[in-house]
Amino acid sequence: MKLATKLIHGGPTVDEQTGALGVPIYQISTYRQTSVDHFSKYDYARGDNPTREALQDTIAVLEGGTRCLAFASGMAAISTTLMIFSPGDHLVVCDDVYGGAYRVLSTIFSRMGITSTFVDATDLAAIEAAIRPETKGIYLETPSNPLLKVTDLRGAVEIARRHGIITLVDNTFMTPYLQRPLELGCDIVLHSGTKFINGHSDVLCGFSVVKDNELGQRIRYIQNAFGTGLGPQDSFLTLRGVKTLKVRMDQSQLNTSRIVTWLKAHPRVSKVHYPGLPEHPGHTIHTAQADGPGAVFSFELDSYETTKRLLENSHLAAFAVSLGGVESIISYPAKMSHASVPKEERERKGITDTLVRLSVGLEDPDDLIADLQQAIG
Amino acid sequence: MNIATEAVQIGLEWDTRTGAVTVPIYQTATFRHPGLGQSTGYDYSRSGNPTRQALEDGIARLDGATRGFAYSSGMAAIANLLLLFKSGDHLIVTEDLYGGTCRLFDKVFGQYGLSFSYVDTSDTAAVAAALLPSTRAVFVETLTNPLLKFADLRAIAALCKSKDLLLIADNTFLTPYLLRPLDLGADIAVYSATKYLAGHNDTVAGLVTVKEPELAEKVYFQQNSVGAVLGPQDSWLTTRGIKTLGIRMDRQQQNAGRIAQWLAAHPRITKVFYPGLEDHPDHALMKRESRGFGAMIAFEVDRHELVEQILLKTALISFAESLGGVESLITFPEVQTHADIPPELRARLGINNVLLRLSVGIEDCDDLIEDLQQALEG
Repeated sequence: MKLATKLIHGGPTVDEQTGALGVPIYQISTYRQTSVDHFSKYDYARGDNPTREALQDTIAVLEGGTRCLAFASGMAAISTTLMIFSPGDHLVVCDDVYGGAYRVLSTIFSRMGITSTFVDATDLAAIEAAIRPETKGIYLETPSNPLLKVTDLRGAVEIARRHGIITLVDNTFMTPYLQRPLELGCDIVLHSGTKFINGHSDVLCGFSVVKDNELGQRIRYIQNAFGTGLGPQDSFLTLRGVKTLKVRMDQSQLNTSRIVTWLKAHPRVSKVHYPGLPEHPGHTIHTAQADGPGAVFSFELDSYETTKRLLENSHLAAFAVSLGGVESIISYPAKMSHASVPKEERERKGITDTLVRLSVGLEDPDDLIADLQQAIG
Repeated sequence: MNIATEAVQIGLEWDTRTGAVTVPIYQTATFRHPGLGQSTGYDYSRSGNPTRQALEDGIARLDGATRGFAYSSGMAAIANLLLLFKSGDHLIVTEDLYGGTCRLFDKVFGQYGLSFSYVDTSDTAAVAAALLPSTRAVFVETLTNPLLKFADLRAIAALCKSKDLLLIADNTFLTPYLLRPLDLGADIAVYSATKYLAGHNDTVAGLVTVKEPELAEKVYFQQNSVGAVLGPQDSWLTTRGIKTLGIRMDRQQQNAGRIAQWLAAHPRITKVFYPGLEDHPDHALMKRESRGFGAMIAFEVDRHELVEQILLKTALISFAESLGGVESLITFPEVQTHADIPPELRARLGINNVLLRLSVGIEDCDDLIEDLQQALEG
């Protein structure tokens, strides 16, 4: 089955009892039992809810995994999954990891005795050099946020396997439509489903997907014990959003390509970071491991004044946090997604005060370009 | 203002644009900024969502707290609070704790170097005796699950204050309508709002209230960082549920009182645990400290075979986990809610193979008694 079909028919989409096309919203906390010795698969909705389960099964199929777990947010997915590690364990993490992930790693998990070393993951030698005897995992984002840096996933997997450790990849920017890290040998795929997967900027959700059963059991145990699972309404909305993932992504990528070309020629734009550009340093690797460059990119402007003007005067692209929705969203990483990263650290990584990130939606690209033009001036 | 009135007021004045008397469901992930460095007060729904906030502000008012926090489940709320502690810290906790909490403490947080002593928190001297130099907090279920023991929160709070310990009270069984833990000296109250607060067995949700602003800021940091927040639809349903908390609780308690007495007089019932009964050891204390005895009953039958008979023959009362909803539910704690408690501890506590737990709903009490009667007769 091809992906566009899997999006519609990948999960259990017909309600057996009624024939309804689509899973009902089980707004429920508990289930009546009929036997004292054998409880039904469903006993309490924190553990199992059929609506959440339909979403989980769909995402598992799309990612080529055996099991997916859905969470109350992308950060809940990341935090819950990281609980598989124990005190004394060490992780190697890409240095431009999402600010929220950086925050839990550097504050909450470090206090629990799980330490991290942040490295430039475009450099496989740097990843390997950071591995210690107690290292248990490599945590990656590719392309990364907000600089769209590319990590060679096959190369990283090879290093991980040589050291007997696991690879975790945040696949939010790509979605399983464009990149399937489990097929490349990675062990855990993480998502902020809030972004492209749901795609309508109306739900918070997250996923953790695995191929290995035992790993799936461990994460599922913590999901249930911690109670970080996704609610039924949000599960339903995400399931609904995912059906249009391909058509949305196709259009957003087309729009992105038009806008990137236009911005590159603009005198006030000094640099565009987008893996779809042949001159992007990760272009070749990205093309070898993903089916498209995605619909998020960042660019640098000639001054802070221009940056401020753009952010405050764009009408179509909403100036907001988040990305991956039907509406274009423009954001300012230095003060938004990466505000929790210390300033020196941030600037060293290239997240400067003139860097803007654009998530391209489904508006007509001519309208988006006209809007950017009037805002940049 | 009376709690029942406060409860009805939640969200009432939120929507100034339309005057809508309930808070809208903000099914949104993000919020548009008016300008650089400016915010409407909402940036991203994990950090703050108006629908969730109406609930958070509401529970804070009901509990007399500085701030409230809503989570994707009661367990998510408790897990988030435990992140306040670090490896090496020790907590004293109620021994007949909800099985899910016990599992979270021992199996998940145990591996991160937190340690727990399980004591009978209805005995304040036992709490004091369990103190260690590394003790940082006491975690108490105000009314315990399933054995309905009542803690003297005021006395434990005094002990905590003298030793500079945090006092966290799981007030799920009583709700602010019957007892406000922060008034009695607790620092934090936590709820599985799935139960009485939402009250309709249709939402999984957790709530936390905090007294001190500085501590509230720390809790907010963990809530936002981990992101196990409650979605807008479930936030709205919980708020909607809370509006009828007072009348539901009144009726549920009234029913529970009658059923407890009926059970106590039944020849096949050997023991009834309900603090509203005068022979319950904590009856006098609870009468003084709480506005009611709640609507949870545990009871023992005279032989194990009756357990299955009752669970399967009750027609109105559903055999299902959970509690606190408008529908009456019955469970078998040994294999359901408390399966994760180590067997030796379970045996010591009295969570045995003849113990049943009944959550009394708002059905007509005569019908409920009739249902129990026919199930007991077989």
